[in-house]
Order: sequence, then structure tokens, then C-alpha cells
Amino acid sequence: MTSGLREAQPAERVVRPAGLRPAWLAGGILAVLVALVAGLAFGSVQLPPAGVAAELLNLIPGVRLHSGLSEREVAILLELRLPRVVLGLIVGAMLALAGAAYQGVFRNPLADPHLLGVAAGAGLGVTAVIAFRSTTGDATVNLPFGVPVAAFVGALIAVALTWLLGAAGGRDRSPATLILAGVAVSSFLAAAQTYVMQRHVDTLREVYSWLLGRLATAGWHDVLLVLPYAAVTGAIVLSQRRELDVLTVGDEEATGLGLHPQRSRYLLIIAASLGTAAAVSVSGLIGFVGIIVPHTMRLLAGPSYRSILPLSVLFGAAFLALADLLARTAGGQAEIPIGVVTAFFGAPFFIVVLRTTRTAAP
Amino acid sequence: MTGDPPGERAIAVAGLKVWLEKTLIVDGVDLDVGPGEWVTIIGPNGAGKSTALRAIGGLLPFQGLVELNGVAVDKLQRRERAKTVAIVAQSPVVPPAMRVFDYVLLGRTPYVPPLGRESGADLAVVDDVLGELDLRRFAGRRLDTLSGGERQRVFLARALAQGARILLLDEPTSALDIGHQQEVLELVDRLRAERGLTVLATMHDLTTAGEYADRMVLLAGGTVVAAGPPREVLTEANLAKHYRVRVRVIEGDHGPLVVPVRAT
Repeated sequence: MTSGLREAQPAERVVRPAGLRPAWLAGGILAVLVALVAGLAFGSVQLPPAGVAAELLNLIPGVRLHSGLSEREVAILLELRLPRVVLGLIVGAMLALAGAAYQGVFRNPLADPHLLGVAAGAGLGVTAVIAFRSTTGDATVNLPFGVPVAAFVGALIAVALTWLLGAAGGRDRSPATLILAGVAVSSFLAAAQTYVMQRHVDTLREVYSWLLGRLATAGWHDVLLVLPYAAVTGAIVLSQRRELDVLTVGDEEATGLGLHPQRSRYLLIIAASLGTAAAVSVSGLIGFVGIIVPHTMRLLAGPSYRSILPLSVLFGAAFLALADLLARTAGGQAEIPIGVVTAFFGAPFFIVVLRTTRTAAP
Repeated sequence: MTGDPPGERAIAVAGLKVWLEKTLIVDGVDLDVGPGEWVTIIGPNGAGKSTALRAIGGLLPFQGLVELNGVAVDKLQRRERAKTVAIVAQSPVVPPAMRVFDYVLLGRTPYVPPLGRESGADLAVVDDVLGELDLRRFAGRRLDTLSGGERQRVFLARALAQGARILLLDEPTSALDIGHQQEVLELVDRLRAERGLTVLATMHDLTTAGEYADRMVLLAGGTVVAAGPPREVLTEANLAKHYRVRVRVIEGDHGPLVVPVRAT
């Protein structure tokens, strides 16, 4: 190539270290903004995107723009749509970030945020609460906690079980034993959930709709529920982005480079599981985002976690908000489960990315 | 050039015992390496060479004493240890799609503060090392597209980027043809002279091992059975006993040449 010039310009460094390229960062932010405005503008009532953008800017203290929206339209925008879109952004960001973290920690491209039993635990928790309600014969009976809390607690119990079982027998929690323990815990809890569902057939519909994921009942309450966990998870996982790059050479070599691989791994697993549990508790089980978004980022922007993690946050958020837009507009009156949308549009897109990029998946 | 006080040992090992899964692999090894010296550990498969090397590098729990530049390796903070000793594994993991530059930059990990990023100085060190090992033209290439010989140079480059004065090499030439074996070992020898590095290596090829090492340690069954200059260790009697092989040892220009002979 330019080896002849090498001698002449020894000081010139043509290779920049891997990291987040500004163009990608800008693209991610733009994607989030587009998803935000589109998610707010389209629905059963169409709102002009320019007016939506103006109202959004009005939320910034000191800004006063004329949006041209009626009072009712502003109410739809701020009370109904905004919390739902924001929740979609947060959940999408969490799932994609947790998926990327798991893939790095386990050095396994198939790792997804539900790997350690989050889905099965949340599923059992939700099913148990719904079944208990149906047993009491009163759907309006007020348990001290609702479906989101049941899902959250169930997910955390499942991950804790996986964690404990993965270390049973005095062995260290190697990535492989943790994954296997996660498989065992998931199967066990799924079996328990199926049993409860069979005993309470009247719960099937409600449980099923939760399993497929939904952002339908989203209000500011749900956003406030998930926001603290999202913030903590995001901060911890993003702080470990360089460590994840070092971990790609394996634990022993990472140790030789001065790292505590086990410590980083525990930190990441706990943070990612917490974020996933919080996301699942408000959105149900939304598959695919946690696998597809990080891999797309890896294929497009390179293998460094310094770009994969922040880009997964941005594009995961945008992807899920747009998927939710389709879920509530494409099917007419009846909403399509968002999990169906993410897979239906995500899978073909991912195949295209996979076939048209030359960068190998890990 | 070297800041080490005279007579100080770069590596001091006494009574080293290492267990792997409750099996005693290294059973009481003593060895010393002086600053700037090259010592090679040889021995049959299963003798405990790699295990001893990894323990000396602080990567395995052990009993006994291992001192690097006079400090017990298990007392060193991990980052300090990584600045003191660099290890090239027998077959290092090649991260998929990672570029050579980024891989070598991983060597600067012990210098990057937690939550921080590499400084301009770190990037300069990597650039220097790439230049010194004639790897600049590969800087933007993916490591997994390089040949075995090129990769071995990149592995070495990462170790050098660590800035450690002690270099542990586990079978550095086992994956290479004889031309590239010589190239890599010459490179290590040159770097040792230029940078005042101390080298402790394990090797299988006895002739090559003897040509480059100042001293050799023959390990068998986890213990040292012979140690000294290559001429004293690479004897027909030693090798027959511990490798269970008939060899002829011929005096060469740079050390003994070991030729296996078929047993009738």
C-alpha cells in the first residue's frame, strides 16, 4: 500500500484507536430524535411533526414556541404519547445495552438479556399474580403489588438462583457454569409457570399478552419506576466499556494486563440483570432487541465495546420506539404485540446487515 | 542502562509449588534469572514448564517464593505487576475483528486509570513498538487476517507495550516454521539487548533453545533436574533420562545441536 511513504513520514499516525466515532454518535442521537418525534406524531390522531417538535422544545425551561396544536392535542401528546414513547426509548436502550454487556461478559454472541433466567422468573412472577387475582374471583382486587413488581421480583430471584447454583460445589462461577445454571433455572421456572397457567386457564390470555410484550399501559408511573434502574445500569455498564474490550483476550491474559476479570464480570452481570429486570417489569418480554441491536452495531461500527455500548443505547432506544409505533399503528384498531414487530422487522434487517458487511461476528 | 542494582536478581524463585485442580504440577522449583539474562525452561510434556511460568507471572496461585525485581509477585497490585512483567501466552486469544493497533494498545491497560482512556503517551508507545517490530503497515489490519509469524510479532508487540522489563514467553515459537522461529527469537534477543529486558521462556526445540539461552533449566516431573549453561544441560545422558529418547549432541557454533536418533 503506502509502505514506501512509511520511512518518509514516521511520525504520521494513520490508525486511530478504536472508539466511538463522532459521526456514529451523531447518527445515534438523530435516530433517537426521529423516533421520538415520529412516535409522538403518528397514531390514531395524527399530529404535525413540526408542532410536536415545537411542543418538545417548549419543555425546555425558557423556550416558548408556537406549536399550533390545540389543547386537546397537547394533552394527547404530553399525557398519553410522551410517556409511552419515552418508556419505549428506555426499555429499548436497556435491553440492547444489557444484551451487549452479556455478549461481552460471556464472550458468546448468542447471549441475550434473558440468559440468566430473567424472562422465566418474570414470567412466573406475573403468572402467579394474575392467577392469584383470578382465584380470588375479583380482577380488581388490590394486591400490595402489581404485575410490574411481580415481574421485577421474579426476575431478580431467578438471577439470584442462577448465581447461587452457578457457584455450587465450591466451583468458581465461570461463564459456562453460569450459562448452564441459567438454562436449568429458566427451564425449572418455565415449567412452574406452565403448571400454574394450566391450573388457571382463564389467565392464559392475560399472561400471553404480557409474554409478548406491551408498552400499552405505559404512563409516567412506569417511566419513573424504571428510570432509576436504567440510570444505574447505564452508568455501570458504560463505565466498563474498556474492560470489556480487554476481556476479549480471555481471563488469564486480561489478568496479566492488570485487570480483575472476575470483578468486572460480576459488576456487569449484576448491573445488566438489574436493568433487564426493570425493563421487563414494565414492558413484558420483548425479544430480539438485546441480540440484534448490539450485533448490528458491531458489524457496522466495529468490534470495540467503546462504540458498541453507547451505540446500542441510542439505536436500541430508537429501534424499540419505532417498533412500538408500528405495533400500535400497523394493525388498525388492535395493537400488534411489540415482540412480534421487533422480530418481524428486525430479523430481515439483521440478515441484510449480516450479509452485506465483511466484519465477522464474534 | 539498566537501573537495577548490581547482583540483584530480576526473577528469584524458591520452593515453588503449584497445584492445578488439586494435582501437584510444580513441586519445589528454585530458579534465578539475572537482569538482562535469558533463561529457558525445557522439559518433556507435562513437566510443569508452562504452569511454573504462569505462576511466576502471578497468574496462578502458588506456594513458595516468587520475587520480581525483589518484590514478591503475590504482593504486587495487579496493575503494578502488569508493569513489571509481561507474559506472552502459548496460544494467545485472537479477538475476532480486532485491529492490530487496538490489540497492541491493550498492552497499555495497566497505565489507563479506571474510567479513563489511553493518553497520547500511550498511543505514542504503541506507535514506537509497532515501528520497532516493523508492524506499522499492519496497524489497521485485522489481527485474525495475519499469518502465524506476523501474529507472533504482534503478540510480542503487545507485551512490549506493557513497558515491563521482565518478559515471560510460553512456547513462543511452537506455531512457527523454522524460518519464523529464528526471526522471532532474533527479535527477542535484539529487544533484550536494546531494552535491557530479562527473558524467561519455555521451549520444546532443544537446539534452538540452547542457541539463544544464557542458561537453561531442565524440568521433569515438576522439579528441576538439571540447570546451567546449555552445554551442561543438553547432554545425551540428561535428555535420554528425562525425555526417554536417544539423541546425539553435536557441538555447534552457538551451542549444542541436539539430533534425535531412532532407537534401532
